[in-house]
Amino acid sequence: MSRYFTEDHEWIDVDGDVATVGITDYAQSQLGDIVFVEVPDEGRTVTKGDDAAVVESVKAASDVYAPIAGTVVEGNAALADQPDLVNSDPEGEGWFFKLTIADAGELDALMDETKYAAFVSRL
Amino acid sequence: MSDPDTIDQPEPVEIGTLPLDAWHRAKGGRMVEFAGYHMPIQYEGIMAEHQWVRENAGLFDVSHMGQLLLSGDGLDAALEGVIPADVAALKPLAQKYSLLLADNGGILDDLMISRWDDGIYMVVNGAVKYDDIGHLRDLLPDAITLNHMDDQALLALQGPKAVDVLDRLVPGVGALVFMTGARFDWNGTPLWISRSGYTGEDGFEISVPADAVEALADALTAAPEVKPIGLGARDSLRLEAGLPLYGHDLDPETTPVMSDLGFALAKRRREQGGFPGHERIMIEREQGAAVKRVGLLVEGRQPVREGALVIDGDGNDVGRITSGGFAPSVGAPIAMGYVAAALAVPGTRLALTQRGKVHHATVTAMPFVPHRYVRQTAVKTGA
Repeated sequence: MSRYFTEDHEWIDVDGDVATVGITDYAQSQLGDIVFVEVPDEGRTVTKGDDAAVVESVKAASDVYAPIAGTVVEGNAALADQPDLVNSDPEGEGWFFKLTIADAGELDALMDETKYAAFVSRL
Repeated sequence: MSDPDTIDQPEPVEIGTLPLDAWHRAKGGRMVEFAGYHMPIQYEGIMAEHQWVRENAGLFDVSHMGQLLLSGDGLDAALEGVIPADVAALKPLAQKYSLLLADNGGILDDLMISRWDDGIYMVVNGAVKYDDIGHLRDLLPDAITLNHMDDQALLALQGPKAVDVLDRLVPGVGALVFMTGARFDWNGTPLWISRSGYTGEDGFEISVPADAVEALADALTAAPEVKPIGLGARDSLRLEAGLPLYGHDLDPETTPVMSDLGFALAKRRREQGGFPGHERIMIEREQGAAVKRVGLLVEGRQPVREGALVIDGDGNDVGRITSGGFAPSVGAPIAMGYVAAALAVPGTRLALTQRGKVHHATVTAMPFVPHRYVRQTAVKTGA
């Protein structure tokens, strides 16, 4: 399984033709206490860059973009009652949604863990 | 992920630095621009800081606020020409909430005054302090001296344990009651301390010379009950306390009647007038304001924030949200806003729209969390 990252601070785990998407530890630390998450419904088709989810901290609302095109197969239902999972385990239990990968070629434009760490260190 | 939509502040020409800037950074404060200064929005996190203030004591740096000293012969009458407070009835060391008003009754700022032996001390909001000084100077006669005390810092120590901590450092402060103050000496440093604040909790505001504020902040945070608290928790605490924030819930388009601040219009002043906006305000008191400031309990978990619209059953715009967010002590989103007067009744269910989504909320009496001001000091019974 490979993990990719975007400049918008999302992570993407690829397992076969399904990708799991969440926000990075850096992103959650910047947002602060997360009080609300809205994930996309199953069956929704997104293209790269679409607004796919909403994450709200005490102070601010942010959109989470679809990092690649695909069809949503599952949103993380646990976040409705426990949005703080995004703070406590952003790159694990705090995942946002899973989608089928429409075009595996889109993954090539994403960063790997080393490149993302270097990207964050320059911020 | 998009950049968060934060609350916009006017772009300043140059961002100022407050006396505790380095102290905040050393304590891990995350600095943002606010009211023209670099200020800490949070240290460990807004939720934890909020809860800490409700249960212990939090130290806020509010040195961005304007501290003014007015003095001169005929001061009381002169100041009554500018603000609607009964200045003549202000007792020595007492503190009162008041407003700067435009001729049309619009609110230019909200403020506190205290009577000192050498004049009247006034604290105004940081973002508009230079406008306030200009307005005061325009309306006050030349015989009145206006001193901007910009060599003073201002701290607030808030929470149920604030009195224990501060009384250990500055014996005697525990004898103050809400909305009174006194001068104290702390190791040779002169302090003005009032029992007041902006969180709904018991607490104190401390005016201290800028060159001594770091030592005082260190002494206060050395107490195990005290943590430094950022602007984020200051905002969620004051919202739960139902306290309006200037520039958001109050502005030149709102009047004291609309904003439910009628208590700031002293009875004698309402009857006699002589302050800006008196005529408009009396008409509005008589006829009722078209819109009123209300508190709202928002259904669900998603915060509804400043800028959201209030709509009626037919989709007509009947109000707007001026502050909103997740309320840590309530455990749900709350908001404050203005709605048509007929809807400003507790129990009224309203629809709110934000980013194309409809939310529901119920008008509720404020505060959302009960105030815990100390209006009389404890009477000790004999053993």
